[in-house]
Amino acid sequence: MAVKDAPRIVPVWRNFKDLQEWDELHQTRPEGDKHSDLFVSLTEGVHNFPGGFALTTVADTFLNWARKSSVWPVTFGLACCAIEMMATFASRFDVERLGMVPWASPRHADLMIVSGTVTIKMAPMLKRIYDQMPDPKWAVSMGSCANSGGPFRHGYHVVKGVDRVIPVDVYVPGCPPPPESLLNGLLLLQDQIAHFRRTGTRAEPNPKVD
Amino acid sequence: MTLDQARTLIAERFPGAQAAGDSPMVVTVPADVWVPFARFAKETLGCWFFSFLTAVDWKEEGLEVVAKIDNVDEKLSLLVKTRLGPGVSACPSLTGVYRGADWMERECYDMFGIRFEGHPDLRRILLGDDWEGHPLLKSYPVDAPHPPFR
Amino acid sequence: MSTIAPSTRVELDYTGSERLTMNMGPQHPSAHGVFRAILTLEGEQVVGIDAVIGYLHRCHEKLAETLTYAQYPSIASKTDYVAAMTSEFAYVRAAAMIGKIEVPKRAQYLRVIAAELQRVASHLLWLGTWCLDMGGALGGGATVFLYCIREREFILDLFESLVGARLLYGFYQVGGVRYDLPPGWAEQCRETVDFIDRRIGEYERMLEDNPFFLVRTQGVGVISRELAQGVGISGPLVRGSGVNYDIRRTEPYSSYEDFDFRVPVETGGDCYARYRVRMVEFRESLKIVRQALDRLPEGPISSRPGLKSVAQIRIPKGEAYARVEGARGEVGCYLIADGSAKPYRMKWRGASFSNLAILPHIIPGHKVADVVAIMGSVDPVFGEVDR
Repeated sequence: MAVKDAPRIVPVWRNFKDLQEWDELHQTRPEGDKHSDLFVSLTEGVHNFPGGFALTTVADTFLNWARKSSVWPVTFGLACCAIEMMATFASRFDVERLGMVPWASPRHADLMIVSGTVTIKMAPMLKRIYDQMPDPKWAVSMGSCANSGGPFRHGYHVVKGVDRVIPVDVYVPGCPPPPESLLNGLLLLQDQIAHFRRTGTRAEPNPKVD
Repeated sequence: MTLDQARTLIAERFPGAQAAGDSPMVVTVPADVWVPFARFAKETLGCWFFSFLTAVDWKEEGLEVVAKIDNVDEKLSLLVKTRLGPGVSACPSLTGVYRGADWMERECYDMFGIRFEGHPDLRRILLGDDWEGHPLLKSYPVDAPHPPFR
Repeated sequence: MSTIAPSTRVELDYTGSERLTMNMGPQHPSAHGVFRAILTLEGEQVVGIDAVIGYLHRCHEKLAETLTYAQYPSIASKTDYVAAMTSEFAYVRAAAMIGKIEVPKRAQYLRVIAAELQRVASHLLWLGTWCLDMGGALGGGATVFLYCIREREFILDLFESLVGARLLYGFYQVGGVRYDLPPGWAEQCRETVDFIDRRIGEYERMLEDNPFFLVRTQGVGVISRELAQGVGISGPLVRGSGVNYDIRRTEPYSSYEDFDFRVPVETGGDCYARYRVRMVEFRESLKIVRQALDRLPEGPISSRPGLKSVAQIRIPKGEAYARVEGARGEVGCYLIADGSAKPYRMKWRGASFSNLAILPHIIPGHKVADVVAIMGSVDPVFGEVDR
């Protein structure tokens, strides 16, 4: 058949200058959890011991379950999306049933929902608040502005996507995303957290952050 | 105070000023009577409401400062303008007349680099203190890079 | 070796009093956005405040010079994102004033309906977050917030069936509005309006019978009439200080002269007066919506044909300043057109920018806990402050 011989279509998105820039500049999250070398070698030892994997798997599953069922987002509203984020926290959509309690202090939170445009003046503050959160921590980029700069991408004072400042786990598209979208994003994040740490799968220890 | 009364008063007191239009009445004054005119508008014409102050970059013709003031009770609204002339970036400050001019002039300094003489605390308001350039000038590109974030 | 430069903004005197500099924000749950206040404290009392804004400066004015008259209204809604309808309104009104574009009567009424529903939605969000800020003394803190958001969702449902979006709309366009009412919308709107009207009475009883609420708002953050006039604040703030200034009255636009409504004016000037003004505005806005629905004329919804390209709208050379009464005060747009498809210069007069400039005048002398109460009563939206 002719279709078989047709040349493979090269993905065009690689040709976009913006995406090349993103490839080069976006931050990625370190794999796995942040632990001391002693703890890691201990767990790896248990895991590699014959039959020990049963213990570590159960422990990891339990810990991941606990993490995913109590994700506390820090109340950090930046712009328009913050209003939709508030609506998600409030009466009709009520994310508290997913175990998420909006918390005012970054020191007690494990999730940062970056809701809105990040500007150059705000970026260092955002980084500092992210660094103040204890590990393990996650970030959801909410809305076009946080994903890529959105409608303000070409403005001189707008960061082209929050992933140039902090590593992002889930991107929620929309301008602004309706609460249903954000809920979907948070459920995806919970899925990710459910597979967060699995002993024996990590290649190398994390670089020290903060 | 009707519009015609205001117009004759302005013509009497400020021969260099040109008034046109009615809502808002556009008054162009020379830069040296910028503050006296504002004081006159506030005290004689009763324009107490300071709406905004901004500037326009007319490229080679230089900068133009625009202020909008209102007499709310008698429905008289003035758009006062002054041309600073090419290359000039200094203007007398209205803070002595209108308290609302404080932040507006700081914003104008931030965006256009106009130094308002007599402003008590002229520093950048929207952009960071270390920002270079004045973005709303026509010579400033909208997509100016700012490493490492953009 | 570096030397620490002496601060130029905060005077420290060690004559018996010990001053403390406290930073509030930009991530603060009561800051209503990204606002940073550097407070100088003497004990529990604030003696100085340096407001730092600009954390949400999104280059609106520069971007407006690169976007056409058809594109920008949907970005304009991102200035005052809590009351997005009125921000679009100012821009399209300025463009129509330069181009001398007539707006059909039906479109004018639809604009009024959208703007007034938006005012109700915005005030609901204000009431909820303000009571949330003032904390647990008001019966659990979040109670009023959850109630208000519940009511706000009903208005957003109306907007969603009208425009398709919940928060930022693009409903207004130069020469009219973009969408006509879908079937059954008017009845749904009437039901919602009646429902909210009943609920507002509940909030009033809940708050005004609460002594904690009265203590935290009465006599707090007093703006005198002279100060209000000097700084150029507008909207519920200036009306709470005894100045009768409402653009819907002084300069009626979009057929506001057809409707019968009252402009509430309080003379107290404190947080409680501003609260009263807004509570009356709720009812007046709902009244205007009812009247507009009753008298909604038939006819076209836009004087311009549908858009085929973004550069289709061209307006002649000229300049105009258009202002509308937004939920926070005078939202204005000063537009200079040079005859092309894009404006030469656009200045956005955000109501919150001028309203926020009142803070350094009224906060000194209050306790730290009153700062959030005063700031909530000012109701700034930082998209509009920083633009």
